[in-house]
Amino acid sequence: MAAMENTLKGTEVVMDPVKAKLISKRKLIQLPQWAVAWLVLIPALIFITMFMLYPIINTFLYAFIQDFSYVPGGGSFALGQFFAGLNNELFDSVRFGLSNFAEVLDRPDFIASIGNTSILVLVEVPLTIIVSLLIATFLNSIKVLKGFYQTVFFLPYVTNTIALGLVFNLAFNKTPGGLINIMLMNVFGVKDPINWLSSTAYTEGAGLSTKFTQGVVIVLYSLWNGIAFKILVFMSGLATIDSQYYNAAKIDGASNFTIWRRITLPLLSPQILYITITSFIGAFKMYSGVMAVYQGAESTGAYFFGTVAGKDGSIEPENIGMAWIPVVGWIYKELESNYKAPGVASAASLILLGIIMVITAVQFAVSKKRVHY
Amino acid sequence: MAAHEMYFADDKARKAYMTKKILSNVFVYLFLSIFALFLIAPFILMIIGTFVNADNFENFKNYAEFKELGFANWGFSNFAKVFNSKFENPITGEIMESKGNNFGVFFLNTLIVAVGSTTVTVVTAVLAAFAFARLQFKGKDALFALLLATMMIPGEMMVITNYMTVRMIGWMNTFAALILVHGVSVFYVFYLRQTFQQIPNELYLAAKVDGVSDLGYLWKVMIPIAMPTITTIIILSMMGSWNSFVWPNLVAPGNWMDKKDGHSMMLVSNGLRALFSQGKTLDAVKLAGSMVISIPLFIVFIVFRKYIMRGVSRSGIKG
Repeated sequence: MAAMENTLKGTEVVMDPVKAKLISKRKLIQLPQWAVAWLVLIPALIFITMFMLYPIINTFLYAFIQDFSYVPGGGSFALGQFFAGLNNELFDSVRFGLSNFAEVLDRPDFIASIGNTSILVLVEVPLTIIVSLLIATFLNSIKVLKGFYQTVFFLPYVTNTIALGLVFNLAFNKTPGGLINIMLMNVFGVKDPINWLSSTAYTEGAGLSTKFTQGVVIVLYSLWNGIAFKILVFMSGLATIDSQYYNAAKIDGASNFTIWRRITLPLLSPQILYITITSFIGAFKMYSGVMAVYQGAESTGAYFFGTVAGKDGSIEPENIGMAWIPVVGWIYKELESNYKAPGVASAASLILLGIIMVITAVQFAVSKKRVHY
Repeated sequence: MAAHEMYFADDKARKAYMTKKILSNVFVYLFLSIFALFLIAPFILMIIGTFVNADNFENFKNYAEFKELGFANWGFSNFAKVFNSKFENPITGEIMESKGNNFGVFFLNTLIVAVGSTTVTVVTAVLAAFAFARLQFKGKDALFALLLATMMIPGEMMVITNYMTVRMIGWMNTFAALILVHGVSVFYVFYLRQTFQQIPNELYLAAKVDGVSDLGYLWKVMIPIAMPTITTIIILSMMGSWNSFVWPNLVAPGNWMDKKDGHSMMLVSNGLRALFSQGKTLDAVKLAGSMVISIPLFIVFIVFRKYIMRGVSRSGIKG
């Protein structure tokens, strides 16, 4: 049909009038490009406006309304809340201010969650990057079984974080029947099983878990979970390095380590920068990975730091519970908890955003001298 | 450079070189194997847990006991236990039948959300990418920059207001909240736009001469050419829904003990956590539950390995 019309194009004079009229009519129906563009953009724009742009602006408003409290009937829009507050005698003093930030910074559990996240990030990110860099370098240097190892190292990427977290939880936590404890006791001769994660001691010999043992499991799981993507990126970077450099260095008698240090690392620096920045940002927003390792801690009430509610509701402060709640975990828990939540949670998320932006800026500044494009 | 291409002063130097090379090879393979084992170990545990005798798996203290107890009467019964709809209330201890709150329901929920959100995401992404890649209109660059800016903002900030919105308009525990709130992915728009831009201009002009409309061109020319990219997006989006945890956990937090009749809106990840984190579930059944969630992912990975690895190396989105 289209081809036929094409041949007709040059011979429009001899075309029968009915057909010519049809074609010109179709041309008339055709919308101008800008109209088509906005038409096809409508679906995406509706979603972006409703669930991305509006929330970003609104979160800022939530955070900066003084003593934000949710007013029923005010809607989710912060200014709606604001006006509902203005009309309400109880809230006649609604105004903008920094009280939400003050409240967030006044909460010891928030400060603790910042500390938790920072420690985990500082341990986990360098560890994961170094391990995946080594694996990628080694993978790149071998020929036999390369494809097999590549597939194995990519496997963690296509898994469900929660499901595999449950597996880690079982491997570590069951005392003494967990895989890790069996190994420690039968292979390495450790006497008593270690209670890695649980805030209750369900077997004799195993004490309560400590913040350290919980941290070990979380770091191991994030290492397990995190290296696949980094290896993939490093491998694709290594593939672009010209082998001439290596040959030249070998002829000059450079050792393998020198070659790696002087050629591979500098030429891989763009990928290393990319991975470092995305890892730090991603790690500061960690949530699922930590939660996945703590399977079932909520059901025993062991949610907050250092406190576990007993069956009668009493608080047993010696139990450690989920010691490593990250910032995002704190925000979500807060969001679900009370009427002040949106304001406090928004303020906390802005603080998180600030931290992430500062770290990214520092990394860019440092990298300017060290990255070779 | 292979050894036979190199020249050595004497046999001693050659020998020293070869020894060093073998040693470094041994080290490399040892290092890779140790980490490969570390990565595979959870899968092995999962497979063992799926097939062992669940009742005996609990209380072994060493390897011999584990072998003796675990593999007596091993089989597929743990799978059936995963989909079991009878649960013991951990507080009262009574056995409850829960038709709307078992793993089958979570599976179906996840399937609906995965198909629904993938459809919405792909349709919005294709249309928007088409506008940005092919059409000229006022404000195009500004709009594109705005989209780019939203990619920099952490999703946690949007979650807060979105959660309030969902609560306000009564979308808690609905498919709408699970599907529509993430109805557009700015990253996929970018990814598709890049692919669309690689399609030569001449094709568009030729189609125009033939009297094909803009949308007709999108449908008949651009989509078929960009099909590999679209396939990658479909797979990554499906996997994303299958693995999503944070958002469903907020907006569909069904507690099975509260709901005796209505069906839960939990997805597989949340369901696994909610049902199997109860202390009373046998460990082997928990492992089998993890296996049930993982099997579809493995099948997709085996079939679409090429698409997944290409998409992932571009996006960095946890599939």
